[in-house]
Amino acid sequence: MSNLKEMRSGIEEQYKAKLNRPRIVVGLGTCGIAAGGRKVMKAIQDEVANRKLDVDVDFSSCIGMCFAEPVVEIALPGTPSVIYGGVYPDNVNKLIEGHLINKTPVTEMAEIQIAGEAKPYDGIPVMEKSGYYAKQVRSVTSRLGRTNPESIGDYIATGGYAALEKALAMDRQDIINEVKKSGLRGRGGGGFPTGNKWQFVHDAVGDKKYIVCNADEGDPGAFMDRSVLEGDPHAVLEGMMIAGYTIGANEGVIYCRAEYPLAIKRLNLAIEEAEKMGLMGDNILGSGFNFTVRIKAGAGAFVCGEETALLNSIEGQRGMPRVRPPFPAHKGLWQKPTCLNNVETFANIPFIIRNGGEWYAAMGTEKSKGSKVFCITGKINHTGLCEVPMGITLREIVEDIAGGIKDGKKFKAVQSGGPSGGCLPTEKLDLPVDYESLTAAGAIMGSGGLVFMDETTCMVDVAKFFLNFTQLESCGKCTPCREGTKRMLETLIRITEGAGVPEDIPKLERLATNIKASALCALGQTAPNPVLTTLKYFREEYEAHIMDRKCPAGACAALLNYTILADKCVGCGVCVKACPVQAISGEKKTAHVINSSTCIKCGACVPKCKFEAIVKA
Amino acid sequence: MAVCKCTGEQVESPQDVQLNELLDHYRGYAGGLIPVLQGAQEIYGYLPAEVLETISQELKLPFSEVFGVVTFYAQFHLKPRGRNIIRVCLGTACHVLGGSKIFQALKDELGVENGGTTEDLRFTLESVACIGACGLAPCIMINDDTHGRLVTSALKNILEQYK
Amino acid sequence: MPTVTLTIDGQQVTVPKGTTVLEAAWKAGSFVPTFCHDPELTKPGACRICVVEIKGARNLPASCVTAAAEGMIVETASPAVIDARKTILELMLDNHPEDCLTCHQAGDCKLQDYAYFYNVKPGAFGGECKNYEIEDDNLFIVRNMNKCILCGKCLRACEEKQGRAVIDFAYRGFRTKVATALDKPLADSVCVSCGTCVSVCPTGALTEKAMLGSARKWEVQKVRTTCPFCGVGCNFDLNVKGGKVIGVTSNAAAPANGRDLCVKGRFGTDYVHSPKRLTKPLIKKNGEFVESTWDEALDLVASKFGEIKTKFGSDSIAALSSARCTNEDNYVMQKFMRAVIGTNNVDHCART
Repeated sequence: MSNLKEMRSGIEEQYKAKLNRPRIVVGLGTCGIAAGGRKVMKAIQDEVANRKLDVDVDFSSCIGMCFAEPVVEIALPGTPSVIYGGVYPDNVNKLIEGHLINKTPVTEMAEIQIAGEAKPYDGIPVMEKSGYYAKQVRSVTSRLGRTNPESIGDYIATGGYAALEKALAMDRQDIINEVKKSGLRGRGGGGFPTGNKWQFVHDAVGDKKYIVCNADEGDPGAFMDRSVLEGDPHAVLEGMMIAGYTIGANEGVIYCRAEYPLAIKRLNLAIEEAEKMGLMGDNILGSGFNFTVRIKAGAGAFVCGEETALLNSIEGQRGMPRVRPPFPAHKGLWQKPTCLNNVETFANIPFIIRNGGEWYAAMGTEKSKGSKVFCITGKINHTGLCEVPMGITLREIVEDIAGGIKDGKKFKAVQSGGPSGGCLPTEKLDLPVDYESLTAAGAIMGSGGLVFMDETTCMVDVAKFFLNFTQLESCGKCTPCREGTKRMLETLIRITEGAGVPEDIPKLERLATNIKASALCALGQTAPNPVLTTLKYFREEYEAHIMDRKCPAGACAALLNYTILADKCVGCGVCVKACPVQAISGEKKTAHVINSSTCIKCGACVPKCKFEAIVKA
Repeated sequence: MAVCKCTGEQVESPQDVQLNELLDHYRGYAGGLIPVLQGAQEIYGYLPAEVLETISQELKLPFSEVFGVVTFYAQFHLKPRGRNIIRVCLGTACHVLGGSKIFQALKDELGVENGGTTEDLRFTLESVACIGACGLAPCIMINDDTHGRLVTSALKNILEQYK
Repeated sequence: MPTVTLTIDGQQVTVPKGTTVLEAAWKAGSFVPTFCHDPELTKPGACRICVVEIKGARNLPASCVTAAAEGMIVETASPAVIDARKTILELMLDNHPEDCLTCHQAGDCKLQDYAYFYNVKPGAFGGECKNYEIEDDNLFIVRNMNKCILCGKCLRACEEKQGRAVIDFAYRGFRTKVATALDKPLADSVCVSCGTCVSVCPTGALTEKAMLGSARKWEVQKVRTTCPFCGVGCNFDLNVKGGKVIGVTSNAAAPANGRDLCVKGRFGTDYVHSPKRLTKPLIKKNGEFVESTWDEALDLVASKFGEIKTKFGSDSIAALSSARCTNEDNYVMQKFMRAVIGTNNVDHCART
């Protein structure tokens, strides 16, 4: 046991030394890389080499400000570190010149500063008080964007593996009690109390037990787990190991979707490093406890996020859900008791064990404790990853954290919980975000995707989008989901194409109710939610499509007509060139017209018109 | 199996050797089918029928089951694929921000439909539900690279980077 | 044996622990329809037609995979249950050809029966309907996958009872199909045409080719008999119409084989009415077979046997009998050889 303590002091020294040097840190999560982070990294390295600067260039993961990517942090010892957004190879120089050489932060590019004990710079929001972070808590995401995810040293120096060390000296039941006390519930969407699940698996009789981590995050609009895996892979491993020790398993499998190559790479690296340091493998920290983790890459099936389908997939079969009961806690992987939790749930465990269940339970509401990571996307100003205490209202998320709706437009709805969730309207904005409230409103907490929509989003189109998704991802095993989602989609397509009939609404409602009641797994049982919630809160939009053949949001192409306002058109002809199908005609300097039968409603002409003469209705 | 040019005999191609190594690793390994299929697809670029038959025999699994698994998962392909795989995200955020326009532009540019491969085997175009980069919508993935905040006019330059 | 007592449609019923709600409901006399359930196969709980209402349950559980529990209160025909079942049937019908008038399976089709019982009409939702080519290039089985409701009994029977796994589910979602490897016709697969899949199919998706168009289900008289092909002694039902055997269906009640048969038993009875069958003895005269009488034929054989025996001795004659003959016939044969011909040269086609 003393092994880690000895290692720790050395590692902490090294980490301190690292922080005491001038550093440039590039955010290299998938989002940062996608935005061009690697090119920025290269530009910085070149610049540092050219100027022979005494500065370390390091990388980190996603700090959560996707809207600001590529993100670069510059930290000089003794001063606040500043996080810059929108850094590209062509403005790297400006940052280095300003912040590194002249020691003056480039305020106009700075998003936030992390002051610590140093005196904050003027004109740059301090992280804890900034719009994006003021209402956030950083617990499970605390290392994201702050440490190098490929360095086990960074992890250990920031308290990593202390929870494992502590747990290995604890009584197993005490660990379960601590998790129960924390009130942690499954962060994958089900919301089942984690401590109770661990108790079931602990109590289940079996010669062999397994730990399985569900990293098959598939909801469109959700990337919490990816961010955690990319930014803090050791926390997930540590959580799994603690679970393994607690319930008596020595084998863990992480089922990670194949679309996350960087997460898989960092996980593999983390496993390798942990094994090298004796933190994984045989006789971990001299405790006699053995644990290994392997990664199973998914093969492209959303339904494998459903726990029993996931188990079938690990076993090499078609990812079709099993009937429950028996639950995985009793008969899981290879029919053995299996503790199956998702990434965020496992990642929370080390924090709970280290700080105690009560610390965690102090956050959140009565029935939904702790914090939850959300991905906020759609038509908002600040898209990204945020961690908030349970019980925060949707309004606080959209208005404060997300910085409101883009382009000054009006909020219309928020889809919570992906294809299994529902669309909530303005009236529900003051709803506290917790498992019970969201479910009562017809949506679900889900894994944590929040997609915001503005007035230009058509809710029938949104329902159609989600049904198309579930229909394509239905495994085909049970009749209601296989056949029913197809029929719902066909009906929605008809409605958005202007061919709906009044009976479609009651038919949709009846079908949705029966699919929900009779489908085999959670995918099918929740697939109708987007339709049911949009019918509940935005019924008039359905009616407008069906009765008036109009799409109030102006989104359904088949129901749109583009027209040129004669009094505004000056006959400049720019729109004629923009039209891909030559649907616009008119003499020079006289008002033009659009031939609605040739118009393909692509909308290409609208932004080209400087006189705002083209309208869709 | 490749056919030897001089004798016309069936000889083991380097790919077959790799497949055998892969199979050796997973023989008798419970739940090995999917990793083997993933590995075989890495080796051959797709999953030829005779490779599937070999896998079924070597892993002692019914051929019908192997076929059932292959056709269940979106990742597996029974036909040759392009050297570069373009995956256009049509997830919620991308959908809202014009992902389908990007998709259409790519279809036009490459002259293929969803799932199609260009004749020179340079590109295969597909749509995906969500690649988890919603903050950067609309976005596409080419091989393992994500390209975000796309406008149609930027596509040509991006495609140029992939030969 | 430990038991549980539950209430089904207001009636108390006590069943052994481990009994499913479905079995308990049947025991209580309640009607619960099933498609994918089969007592001899594993339970996927997939078709969902057997859903029931259980007090306290969030949804409508499938009764075939729900264990009966003490104190459970079950409704098998509540309005919610009926509506869910109707919806499931409507969904099945919308993805199924509307050709019950000419379908061979009419009269013996669960889909048809339940649609009738629940008064469900086709066309409730409309939309795309699967359209596969009908596969009849196999000698014995016609596969019309358009009529398949994906209950999966065929593939479970193939794997679990026959150990063959020739077919499995392929593709997914709405495109799911029961297919052979590479989705080839049965004729190009490793199928041995035992026909077990046909015997479990609840609709007209799998039918015996020879019987197609030969009789409506209700015209068929079933005559239980023992298979004449080998010594296993499988029982099956000869399907008889107008005094003629038109085919064979297996019968779950058969003691030796249940619904299983081999290709010969299930599909090999066409010889009964074959015009090629010999009904009169033939004697070769001047190099050609000529029809004769039994008296003439037997006289000829007896005289020839006598000649051979006198000339070459008893052991120059041997007899080989058939497994298709009855025990009595075979007994007489060997007795004849030993007592009349005087040799032990007897053998039988099923000996090795």
